[in-house]
Amino acid sequence: MPDPILELQDVRTHFPIHEGFVIRRQTGTVKAVDGVTLSVRRGEVLGLVGESGCGKSTLARTIMQLVPTTGGTVILEGKNLTAGSAAEIRNVRHDLQMVFQDPFASLNPRMTVFATLAEPLLVHGRCTAAEATREVAELMQLVGLAPRFMQKYPHEFSGGQRQRIAIARALALRPKVIIADEPVSALDVSIQAQILNLLSQLTRKMNLSLVFIAHDLSVVKHISDRVAVMYLGKIVELGSAVEVIEHPQHPYTRALVSAIPVPDPDIERNRRRIVLPGDPPSPINPPAGCAFHPRCPHAKEVCRGAVPPLVTHAGREVACVRLGEF
Amino acid sequence: MPLLSVKDLRTYFHTRNGIYRAVDGVSFDLDRGETLGIVGESGSGKSVTCYSLMGLIPQPPGRIESGTALFDGVDLLRATPAQTRAIRGKRIAMIFQDPMTSLNPYLRISEQLIEPLLIHEKLSKTEAMRRGLAMLEAVGINDAAKRIRYYPHEFSGGMRQRVMIAMALITKPEILIADEPTTALDVTVQAQILELIKKMQQELGMAVIFITHDLGVVSGLCDRVQVMYAGRIVETSGTRELFREPRHPYTRALQHSIPSLQAKGSELFTIPGMPPDLSKPLAGCAFAARCPQAADRCRQETPQLAPWKPGHQQACLRVQAGEI
Repeated sequence: MPDPILELQDVRTHFPIHEGFVIRRQTGTVKAVDGVTLSVRRGEVLGLVGESGCGKSTLARTIMQLVPTTGGTVILEGKNLTAGSAAEIRNVRHDLQMVFQDPFASLNPRMTVFATLAEPLLVHGRCTAAEATREVAELMQLVGLAPRFMQKYPHEFSGGQRQRIAIARALALRPKVIIADEPVSALDVSIQAQILNLLSQLTRKMNLSLVFIAHDLSVVKHISDRVAVMYLGKIVELGSAVEVIEHPQHPYTRALVSAIPVPDPDIERNRRRIVLPGDPPSPINPPAGCAFHPRCPHAKEVCRGAVPPLVTHAGREVACVRLGEF
Repeated sequence: MPLLSVKDLRTYFHTRNGIYRAVDGVSFDLDRGETLGIVGESGSGKSVTCYSLMGLIPQPPGRIESGTALFDGVDLLRATPAQTRAIRGKRIAMIFQDPMTSLNPYLRISEQLIEPLLIHEKLSKTEAMRRGLAMLEAVGINDAAKRIRYYPHEFSGGMRQRVMIAMALITKPEILIADEPTTALDVTVQAQILELIKKMQQELGMAVIFITHDLGVVSGLCDRVQVMYAGRIVETSGTRELFREPRHPYTRALQHSIPSLQAKGSELFTIPGMPPDLSKPLAGCAFAARCPQAADRCRQETPQLAPWKPGHQQACLRVQAGEI
C-alpha cells in the first residue's frame, strides 16, 4: 500500500447492553464494528457504504476516537491513537476532523460563523485574536461563502450553506484526514452536487484524504477512488469505486446496486431487480457464519459455517465463500 | 371525467415575515387508476399541494386563497367537516414520509389499523380485526396474528412503513397520496416498499399521487410526472417523454444534476444559486435568476403552463416562443 496515512487493523467497537436497576448486569453486546481492517492513502477519497445500522457511523466515530475501541488499532501517520492518552489524542486531533450529516444540528445556534470558525484556530493557537478575522475570511472564501456573512448565525443560512460552514470548521486546522458522515444526505439534489464538487475540489487542492460515508451508491461512485461496503459491522467488499459499483461481486453489493432506482424509465421498467427479503439482522445476535446468509439468494449450507474472510478476487477484496459459483 | 380535478390552487402562509406563497396557481387532473408523480426540491410546494387537498393545512397561518379541487362532485377545498370526514381516510388516504412519527406510540398496531374500519364502515370489532389481519398479510408482514398486537416501536422502519400502507389501504381508497414514503428508508427497503405500492395499486385499482424529490423513483413507478418549482408546476408530461425530451430548463437542470448520469471524475453539474424566497413578490419566471438561458423578458413576464405537445405542458416563455 503506497503511503497510507490512516490505517485500521482489526478494529472492533462493541457496546454492552445492561439490564436491571438494582442488580445491573450485562446481558448482551452490540457488535457495531466487528473486525475492520483498511487503510486510507494520502490524498485518497474512500467511500464507505451500507444500510443504516451496519456500523458505518460507529466506525467514523471510532476513527475519531469519539467512542472507546474494544479492540484493534487506529494508526494515523504512524501514531497509534487507540493506545494514546487523552492528551496525546488532543495533539493529533487537528490532523483528523469530521463533518456531520445534519448541518442543522452540528452547528451551535448561538455562535456566529466567526465564532464557530475562530474557536478551533484560537484553541490550538494557530493565530492571534487580531489575525482571526483575516483567517476566518480566508476559510469562508475557501468553501464559497462571502466573508461579509461572518457575523450571521446558523439559522440565517440555508442547508447547503450550513454544510459549507461545517466543512470550513473541519478545514480550519488544515487537517490531513477528514471523515464526512453522510454530508449530503440531508440536502436537495441540486445542492448535493454543489457540496460534492466542493469536497472533491478541496481534497485535490489541499491533498486531503477523505473518508466519505453515504448510503447513496451513485454519489459514492462519483466522488470516491475506492469504496468499502459494510454489512453488520464487517467489510464485505473493498476495491476501486467504479469496479465495485459497476461489477459488484459480493451478493450483498449486487443487491445494493440493483436497489438503486435508475432515472431512466426504459431501463428502470425492464431490468430485473434483486429485492432482498427482510430487514438487516440485529448486530446483537448476528447470524452464525456469514452474517448475510439469511437474506442471500445464493446462500448454501457452507455459508452458515465460518465467517468468510476477505480474499482477493477480481481485483478487489470480497468476503464470500461461494465466489465464482453463482 | 377525471377522478380529481384541481384548478388554480393557491395556498399562502401569513407569517410575521410576510406572505409566503407556498402554492401559487396549481392546476392538474388525476385519472382513475393513474400514478402521478410530483417532483421538486424542498420548498417547491409539492407537499403543501397535497396537504391542501386533504384539509391538513394549519389555518392560521395557512390560508387557501383560491382554487377548486373537485372529487366526485365535492370541492375538497370548501367541503363541510362532515363531507371531509366521509372522504378523508376512506376514499382518499395518505401515507407520510416518516413512519416513526406518524404512528401513535401508545397504541397497539391493531387499534390504529382497524380504526378506519370502525369509523367508516361501522364494522364490529371482530370483523374489523379479521380484515386488519388480512391486510397486514397483504402488505407482507409475516406472523401477522402475533405482530398485530405489537406496538410501533417493536417494528423496524420498513415494517412501520408497511403498517402505514396497510392502514391507508384498509378502506380500499380511490386515491392514495404518498408523501415521500421511502425517503427515510434504506435503498434495499425502498425497493421493497415501491414493489408493494405497485402490487397494491394493481390489486385495488386506485390512483396514486407520489410526491418525491428522487427522479429515479419516479421513472419506474409513475405514468405521468409534474415538476414543481417555487409553488408552481413548470412542466408536466408522460414519464417516458419527460425523461427523453424535457423542455423546461429547470427539468433539464434537475435531470443533469443526478450524479449517476454523469461521468466520474468530471465536475458535477450544478444549478447555481438557490430557489427564490417565496415571501418576496416575484416578477417574471421564478427560475430566471438561476436559468442559463434566461432573457430579459423572463424577468418581467410571468410564464403560464401551455401545451407543448399533446399531453405535454411546460411553462417557459422562451420554449413557448420557439427560441430554445
